[in-house]
Amino acid sequence: MSDANLETNANKVKSEKKMRDIMTAYYIDAKTARQNNRKVAWITSGGPVEPLIAMDIIPVYPENHGAMIGASKMGIDLCEKAETMGYSNDLCSYARADISCATVNGGPIGGLPAPDMLVCCNNICGTVMKWYEVQARYFKVPLFIYDTPFLHTEYSAEIKRYAQRQMEEYISFLEGVMGKKMDRDRMMEVGRISYEGSQLWQEVLDTAVSKPSPMTAFDAFFHLALIVTLRGTQQSVDYYKGLRDEMQKRARAGIGAIPNEKYRLLWDNLPIWYRMKWLSDKFASHDACLVADTYTSAWCGSMEYINVNDFIGSSAEAYTRSYLNLGVDKMAGIVLSMIDKYDIDGIVMHSNRSCKPYSFGQYDIQKIVERERGIPSLLLEADMVDERSFSESQVETRIDAFIEMIRGKKNKPR
Amino acid sequence: MKHLKEFKQAVNSPLEYARQLKKDSSKKVVGYVCSYTPEEIILAAGAHPVRLFGTKENIGLADSHLQSYCCSIVRGILEEGLSGKTDTLDGMVFPHTCDSIQRLSDIWRMNIGFGFHLDVILPVKLDTDSARDYMADVLTKFRKDIGGALKADVTDANLIKAITIMNVIRQSIRSIYEMRSLNPRLMSGEDLYTLVRASMIMDRERVAELLLETIAELQAKADKVKQGKPLKRLVLAGGICNHPGIYPTIEEGVGAVVWDDFCTGARYFSEIINDGADPLSRIAGRLIHRVVCPAKHIDLDGRARHLIRLVQEQNAQGVIFLLLKFCDPHAFDYPYIKQSLDEAGIPVMLMEINDPISSGGQMKTRVEAFLEML
Repeated sequence: MSDANLETNANKVKSEKKMRDIMTAYYIDAKTARQNNRKVAWITSGGPVEPLIAMDIIPVYPENHGAMIGASKMGIDLCEKAETMGYSNDLCSYARADISCATVNGGPIGGLPAPDMLVCCNNICGTVMKWYEVQARYFKVPLFIYDTPFLHTEYSAEIKRYAQRQMEEYISFLEGVMGKKMDRDRMMEVGRISYEGSQLWQEVLDTAVSKPSPMTAFDAFFHLALIVTLRGTQQSVDYYKGLRDEMQKRARAGIGAIPNEKYRLLWDNLPIWYRMKWLSDKFASHDACLVADTYTSAWCGSMEYINVNDFIGSSAEAYTRSYLNLGVDKMAGIVLSMIDKYDIDGIVMHSNRSCKPYSFGQYDIQKIVERERGIPSLLLEADMVDERSFSESQVETRIDAFIEMIRGKKNKPR
Repeated sequence: MKHLKEFKQAVNSPLEYARQLKKDSSKKVVGYVCSYTPEEIILAAGAHPVRLFGTKENIGLADSHLQSYCCSIVRGILEEGLSGKTDTLDGMVFPHTCDSIQRLSDIWRMNIGFGFHLDVILPVKLDTDSARDYMADVLTKFRKDIGGALKADVTDANLIKAITIMNVIRQSIRSIYEMRSLNPRLMSGEDLYTLVRASMIMDRERVAELLLETIAELQAKADKVKQGKPLKRLVLAGGICNHPGIYPTIEEGVGAVVWDDFCTGARYFSEIINDGADPLSRIAGRLIHRVVCPAKHIDLDGRARHLIRLVQEQNAQGVIFLLLKFCDPHAFDYPYIKQSLDEAGIPVMLMEINDPISSGGQMKTRVEAFLEML
């Protein structure tokens, strides 16, 4: 998805090529599904993918596609196309890009394979539901909505019942579309593999506690692709084992992702896909390493609620407890714990026009972090895919000033 | 209209009205933010529900909690809370609808320290058995929670009484809409707007009484109102309408607003609560079957079908769609709704509303051009 800082880094991550190969093979598989008599489901990034894998359905992620569109700087063109179709330019740029891309088969891979079904889990936003309604009308295929009630303060008994019942409804939906029963043993196995994959992903991210950190958040944005798209497959487990070992080795050897790590930063919100390399270079030039982020850790953040012996039942809770489905104070709590874990000096928040549930509340999180840990934060106004919302000179000035502030704070005698 | 002044007073300063009501009646006052709030349960707890629409003036405090790409309604409501204008309220109720209101609830809970704070986390989809059961569960929980917060026993008898009152209000507003659709010169669209909005602010028993009297008044007046030249009949559509100015803009000329699809308009009274044994299930039934907000899912094309049906039933010639800037659920629906209206041969005009409205003159020119085209 991105070439991040890896290209410029002498200590290039070896797993990177493997990742590109796997993703290429995956998209070829997905695009030739019809010839091979396989079905394709489009699914939201936070949705329960395991039942799809267990039923041999190929999951395709419009959000991952959106990220690719952004990273290949094709966002403006596709967003503008959506606007001529009548979609407001204030709407999510993933959605805009995907909606218009479906009608022209454009973008970096010539469009996604048409879906046989749509699976939408609203544990990340309400936008996905509207987006998937648009696609259900366009492709005229069945839509399943997995409705995860928002957890302002609690995971109540009512919510638990509803979330669990829907897991069974979801399986019935898939069985209906596929015309066959799900193999529950296979489901158990996929659940186990998915859990293992998430665990490994967490272990990969954990290596960033080392000083210097062997990886940056930009690396995490890149290596995230598999835990999103191929979660529940042995392939992703094997891949992350390799990546973890590589990162642990680097950590032990004291190899940092950036040459001279002085400041450790935390990233909040989705990446700015079309400026990954630029941002990565920019921070590296200040000896600042973005060691962790709230975004990629979402794919292992609620793992503790999974019981591998009852994956279906327990994953209902894990999926409902996703990061973006929590109240702002809970999110702030998670940010604080990441600050402690990774020994963070400052926070970079991407105020993302495309993502209201991720962005509204950032000001409050800033204040909490400042109050509780005395750590400064920088808010960058941008958008994840639509470059028109990005002002390079403004962002550059603000990053420079922010690092200056951190430098001052760090050098101050305590 | 005899009671217009009373309605207007409440609409012009709803929180002042609430303060006075509290003083006079010693009732607890509960604020809410969305038409999915089960008002009947608040009423049955002996409290007075008042809907907040947000201020448009002097937004300053909210800007340090919400980015520029947040809609003016959410921003305005937060501003009222932060500025202390809402401190007469004994509590707030936030039903789950859109992403922005969802975060508004969090930010309110974390920053505004008065009264109780209840989230009513309704299902987002409404078309399955489990969602319907969950809806019932949520209302049961809300009944218990608000009873606890207000130290009130929310009895079945009180719920039934509240349902009756709300049914009278909804049925009455519908009757007035219908009378006015038959004869748009009977009262102005702006006055009707005032009356509906006041119904979400004022004491509900008083509202029920005033509406019945208003119906009688309008019935007496109906025969005397000259029919005049035929007017161009319009339906307005969108989310919240916070812009009474749109009515005179349309009606000064040859236009008449004969119906709407707003949550501050027809969606509020679109469904009355049916008979049945258990009052809570009856309330849940209405929330499931009422005309849907685009932040909820019941099917893929129901909203367009509903709008087309409204146009046909009300014999309207066109639709003006008011799209509040940054309202994602409506912005996602607009293209397919427009396409459906196009296919049905119904002209539609999109008007994006960005508070504060910069140029009234531009709005007028566009409305005039649209009316001319019809």
